[in-house]
Amino acid sequence: MTNMPPPFSVRARLKRSHFSIDVTFDGSPGLTALFGHSGSGKTTILNMIAGTQRPDSGLITVDGRTLTDTEAGIFVPPHRRRVGFVFQDAQLFPHLTVGQNIRFGRWFTPAEDTAPREDLVTGVLGIDGLLRRRPATLSGGEKQRVALARALLSSPRILLMDEPLSGLDDARRNEIMTLIERVRDDFAIPIVYVTHTRDEVRRLANRIVRLKDGHVEATTSAYDLPDI
Amino acid sequence: MLGFSADEWTAILLSLRVASVATVVALPFAIFAAYALARWKFPGKVLIDGILHLPLVMPPVVTGYMLLLTFGKQGAAGKFFYDYFGLSFSFRWTGAALACGVMGFPLMLRAVRLSFEAIDRRLETAAGTLGASPAWRFLLVTLPLALPGIVVGVIMCFAKALGEFGATITFVSNIPGETQMISTAIYSYTEIPGGEEKALRLAIVSIVICMLALVASEILNRRIQRRIAIFE
Repeated sequence: MTNMPPPFSVRARLKRSHFSIDVTFDGSPGLTALFGHSGSGKTTILNMIAGTQRPDSGLITVDGRTLTDTEAGIFVPPHRRRVGFVFQDAQLFPHLTVGQNIRFGRWFTPAEDTAPREDLVTGVLGIDGLLRRRPATLSGGEKQRVALARALLSSPRILLMDEPLSGLDDARRNEIMTLIERVRDDFAIPIVYVTHTRDEVRRLANRIVRLKDGHVEATTSAYDLPDI
Repeated sequence: MLGFSADEWTAILLSLRVASVATVVALPFAIFAAYALARWKFPGKVLIDGILHLPLVMPPVVTGYMLLLTFGKQGAAGKFFYDYFGLSFSFRWTGAALACGVMGFPLMLRAVRLSFEAIDRRLETAAGTLGASPAWRFLLVTLPLALPGIVVGVIMCFAKALGEFGATITFVSNIPGETQMISTAIYSYTEIPGGEEKALRLAIVSIVICMLALVASEILNRRIQRRIAIFE
């Protein structure tokens, strides 16, 4: 098997008065879980990949493209990064219908043959019947499914998910985890998944980056799961 | 028509025209200032905030006098607008619209600013990750979500403009057919023997217009709220 370059790589340092982050890790195809307790820097790393937070120094590449390189003075603004972001609490646009929400990214990204098709995404995520509804009328699980569809349809080069199951009950968590598995296996988009829950990591991750106090404590593959 | 004299009709129509122009012209400035105050950090912000709110607390006569000094025929701003745009303000309905706009501006600014401040900024971040540039984020996310506050601000400014008296009479006087609006006409009629009936009629017109504006704003707001359901 040939050595493929990693789909993304992160080298970032950030120092603030109340926390500091110093991480280096490569992603793998499939789902990379950033796993650690609250305050370990998981969400900040996600924000630095998305470009909503700048590292003091570092180099972030996705799909061979440099998004941040502090030495070379490169910083691609968030709207040109082609990242899909699924937030903890969905963050659907309340003034738009579900259909308008999931097509939002399409207005700004050129249609590509490689982009996931809308009917395929809505079918996989089971939101065909929700397209005319307003976000306020959806349940928590439905909102996350719509948020996932919205991110996928913006033709992302990488999908970032920030504890997307944290507000859901066990039945809904199970249901969404099944959908995330399908997204991971059906769409060839690397996923960075932030969580502090072991069963999510066990079930979803191909690679685990374990974080502690802003540092990478260990990087393990799915085969070493009993260690986490 | 409806028992109103020509003078009364002129005052009513002029009031509506002046209040509408004042509100429409003030709106983009209010949106810009509200956004800047709600979102940006810049030196002198507290001072600018104070200056923009001054007409709310200053005696209206003082505001009118300041307008006379700056936008009057001899004032720097007055000369500028006359020389470059052929626009003159003193003793003209345009001056009445300017005075009303200045007086209504802080009310509009406050409503729009509160509305910008209430928006969850993570929605804008979400729009950014979906490819929307800052300008598109503002147009497609921030502005529609601030609409309830903008509607309230527009109605407040319009109502304030309609009832404006002190700044207007100081700046553009009370000339029938040119600058005499409902409130200044009521004042004139109460000074004339036998003018009470006309004053009362105009007072009722004023109340009706203000009530209609408030009801319209309430209906509009409910519709927008139902669409946006921002307080889910």
